[in-house]
Amino acid sequence: MRTWLLILVLAVGTVLMKTLGPVLAGGRQPPARLTRVIALIAPALISALIVAGTFTHGQQLVIDARAAGLVVGAIALWYRVPAVLAMLLAVIVCALLRLAT
Amino acid sequence: MRWTPKTWPEGLRASVPIALPVAAVGMSFGLLAAPLLGALPSIVMSTVVWSGTAQFAALSILTSGGGTALAAGTGLLANTRFLPMGFAIAPSMKGAPLRRFLTGALLADASFVIGHRGGGRFDIRAIAWAAPLQYLPWIGGTVVGVVGADAIGDPTRWGLDVLFPVFYLSLLLPDLFPERFQGGQRRADGPSSHGSSVPQNLRPIIVALLAAAITLCLTPIAPPGVPVVVAAAAALIGLRA
Repeated sequence: MRTWLLILVLAVGTVLMKTLGPVLAGGRQPPARLTRVIALIAPALISALIVAGTFTHGQQLVIDARAAGLVVGAIALWYRVPAVLAMLLAVIVCALLRLAT
Repeated sequence: MRWTPKTWPEGLRASVPIALPVAAVGMSFGLLAAPLLGALPSIVMSTVVWSGTAQFAALSILTSGGGTALAAGTGLLANTRFLPMGFAIAPSMKGAPLRRFLTGALLADASFVIGHRGGGRFDIRAIAWAAPLQYLPWIGGTVVGVVGADAIGDPTRWGLDVLFPVFYLSLLLPDLFPERFQGGQRRADGPSSHGSSVPQNLRPIIVALLAAAITLCLTPIAPPGVPVVVAAAAALIGLRA
């Protein structure tokens, strides 16, 4: 029962957080200052997601095979290698390192 | 017209590379959740919550002996980044509130990244179409993890989890270095930069670095998901003209 309640709360809460902005502020152009902030939310959040997905494990900061994979992927992307190929290179590096350690 | 990847809607095509890692992480969730929550609740959770961050956060509380309320609170906290995401995509949306509600409910991390067009603009259609190839692999992966995990083991050990950061980076770089990566739809009408203290074209780079630093600093001391949402506050430097 408690498990189902947990699932319900997480499901409803997540949908509410996703939809609050679209419902309240949808379709309207905010003032210029706010527009500048909104324009910068994407680079901020995406950068944070990259860091969280690479250098953290739970609450620990770690440098592991994922960091090597990201570096290889980043170099490939910088030299305009197609994204899918850069992702493949990163996985190969990451998997090989995990295999070796 | 044949239904080939070339004719797929933009968001659907863009989400193809992450379908596999989403399934792998879903599997990883099913594997960890099933012994704790039971098979059916684990699958239902992935179906109705559809958020790895919240699900793993709640699970980690339960695993470490925490109660349901704490698990729910931690799970929700982990997802608070959807608030700034929602407000970021809102100005690009059209239609009645119900339609915006339904589209907003389809939002996911990768969809936000796929749909962003720089300069604060978002392709809402692309965000919506990015959902199926995340939602279905997420549920499918969970089912496989719940049912057959013993046979396969944790798929993320093969390095599939590194696909997310590299994929996100591939969609962030054009935003940071538009001159180098001509994405075709770079910020054409960015806010004017008259008398700006920080050059407009450097701002995304500064914000990205600041957000990365905030995430690193807060990870050891803040609950899961909190570092990412606090990092979003880096965007507030946009308040300066």
